[in-house]
Amino acid sequence: MTRQVITANRLRDGDVVYLAENGRWTPWLDEASVAETAAEAEAFMKIAEESEAACDVIGIYGMPVEGERLEPVSTRERIRAKGPTTRTDLGKQAEPDFAKRA
Amino acid sequence: MYQYDAYDHRLVRERVAQFRGQVVRRLKGDLTEEEFRPLRLMNGLYLQLHAYMLRVAVPYGTLSSEQLRMLARIARKYDKGYGHFTTRQNIQYNWLNLEDVPDLLADLASVEMHAIQTSGNCIRNVTADQYAGVSADEIEDPRIYAEIIRQWSTLHPEFSFLPRKFKIAVTGAPKDRAAVRVHDIGLQMRRNEKGEAGFEVLVGGGLGRTPIIAKTIRPFLPKRDLLSYLEAILRVYNQLGRRDNLHKARIKILVQSVGAERFTEMVEAEWQHLRDGALELPAETIAHIRAFFAAPAYETLEAKVPAFEAKRFEDRVFSEWCRTNLAPHKVPGYAIVNISLKATGEAPGDASAEQMETVADLAERHSFGELRVTHAQNLVLPHVKLADVFAVWQALAAAGLASANIGLITDTITCPGLDYCNLANARSIPVAQQISERFEALERQHDIGDLKIKISGCINACGHHHVGHIGLLGVDKKGEEFYQITLGGDAEEKASIGDIVGPAFAREKAVDAVETIVETYLARRQNGERFLDTYRRLGLAPFKEQLYDAR
Repeated sequence: MTRQVITANRLRDGDVVYLAENGRWTPWLDEASVAETAAEAEAFMKIAEESEAACDVIGIYGMPVEGERLEPVSTRERIRAKGPTTRTDLGKQAEPDFAKRA
Repeated sequence: MYQYDAYDHRLVRERVAQFRGQVVRRLKGDLTEEEFRPLRLMNGLYLQLHAYMLRVAVPYGTLSSEQLRMLARIARKYDKGYGHFTTRQNIQYNWLNLEDVPDLLADLASVEMHAIQTSGNCIRNVTADQYAGVSADEIEDPRIYAEIIRQWSTLHPEFSFLPRKFKIAVTGAPKDRAAVRVHDIGLQMRRNEKGEAGFEVLVGGGLGRTPIIAKTIRPFLPKRDLLSYLEAILRVYNQLGRRDNLHKARIKILVQSVGAERFTEMVEAEWQHLRDGALELPAETIAHIRAFFAAPAYETLEAKVPAFEAKRFEDRVFSEWCRTNLAPHKVPGYAIVNISLKATGEAPGDASAEQMETVADLAERHSFGELRVTHAQNLVLPHVKLADVFAVWQALAAAGLASANIGLITDTITCPGLDYCNLANARSIPVAQQISERFEALERQHDIGDLKIKISGCINACGHHHVGHIGLLGVDKKGEEFYQITLGGDAEEKASIGDIVGPAFAREKAVDAVETIVETYLARRQNGERFLDTYRRLGLAPFKEQLYDAR
């Protein structure tokens, strides 16, 4: 199976988030929990669905990742993880935390 | 400008209060996303890649200084300091918190603005010629009728759940600056043999997955019959438009499937029940709305202004800007000033809060407090005294708003694309930026002349690529961005859909391909031909040859 993480948007502000340990949602992809097997992916999705029902997030789905540093596979997901490629002063890439993690 | 009456104020205030309650219930969990989604869409609120996006209606592209100042304030207070002007003369904010939106809508309401019907399967914001009321070739100001249509279509109970979204554009001039032939309904003002003004009614135009040029279903409709006839069209569509297939739900598919003749018969039959009834527009009603769009208090001026001519002569940069960015005004001594939002390397249609405030101030000082948004994602100061043009230009230049490229190759129409949009397959803005950099030299742009490039990041065609002289459509090929190129599209009076030139180009080759097309045109054009003329004379072959055979 392709390794994947669960992603969504936070209901309150629409920010891109990833499912991390203990059912917590993080804005940082490097903190996300990675599903290595289909069973893991299913278990994570169950946790995410509960969180969606509790109005924390919306639009949950599994997102393939690759590499040690959890790089998204698609251009779309790379843009979601960083921000607009045309405005590097905006989005996650513009936050001080992002540079520390890169 | 139109001013809200008590009904408009109440309606918008009530909607803000309703939405405030809906947001509270959603955050508390009393509404599921499935329940909430149609409610937020009715108020123009989308969820995009990075955050919530709000689309604010700018009715027929007309704004006051006060309204633009509020749009700037909103950009600063609730967003990240900028907004994006769209091909439907609206403005979008990209980085909103759901919780803030009710307050934002209340701020908008305070300047007689809202986001109602900027999304969903209803009649959307009515668009119009950006030179309405000021161009010399106009029969009548189209905004009078756009406003009448706005009042009729706002919260129209019968047309709140159409098979699909519905877009109407109106132009009062023979020169089509409003792309009326690619709208669900296009209204083009005409005079009949008696010299009376009315409308040619075009139906079933549109872009997206199935691009179609609208068909004329009535060559002349008297003004008094405008609403009853529109109601007849909408009724036929509401009843027969497909609701089983999202991709076949627009009116263009209905007109295509039954044929324009049969469709016209159905509309005319329906109209027989509606005409001369409650929807008839009495002359007094039209006069009442017309009064809102009365000409401002123009001064009596000489047509030639020596000081202006002298500046044009002395200052080459100013002179170049005047050449493209000024349009003739119907009143002697005045000019229409176009403000390009296509600076080199910037995102087309984006304006910072500071830039909005600069334009609002200039409109207040030099344009009777009024301005326009164009479907080509630029702004317009519609009534500037020629004697003031130099000062206006200097202020625009200081704000980074004096790009001298209106109608030239770098004045692209560009959708937000994959940098922001949830539906996009590829990015649009970086391609536009690269084009603006590649063709930056003004001399070269003038040599190329009238060439409209339009770029969409997906088949929904928000960037109007089908009607670009050169159109680029972003596609996803196994995770990589590719761009399919079309040639020969046109959104004006002789509207045409572009022809696909061949296999798509990889991202890094797309702008080279555009340059090859331009060079082929320059090499083959005959005396005075525009790109479109050369393309219509020669067809695809020479362009194809240069693009593919050389590889």
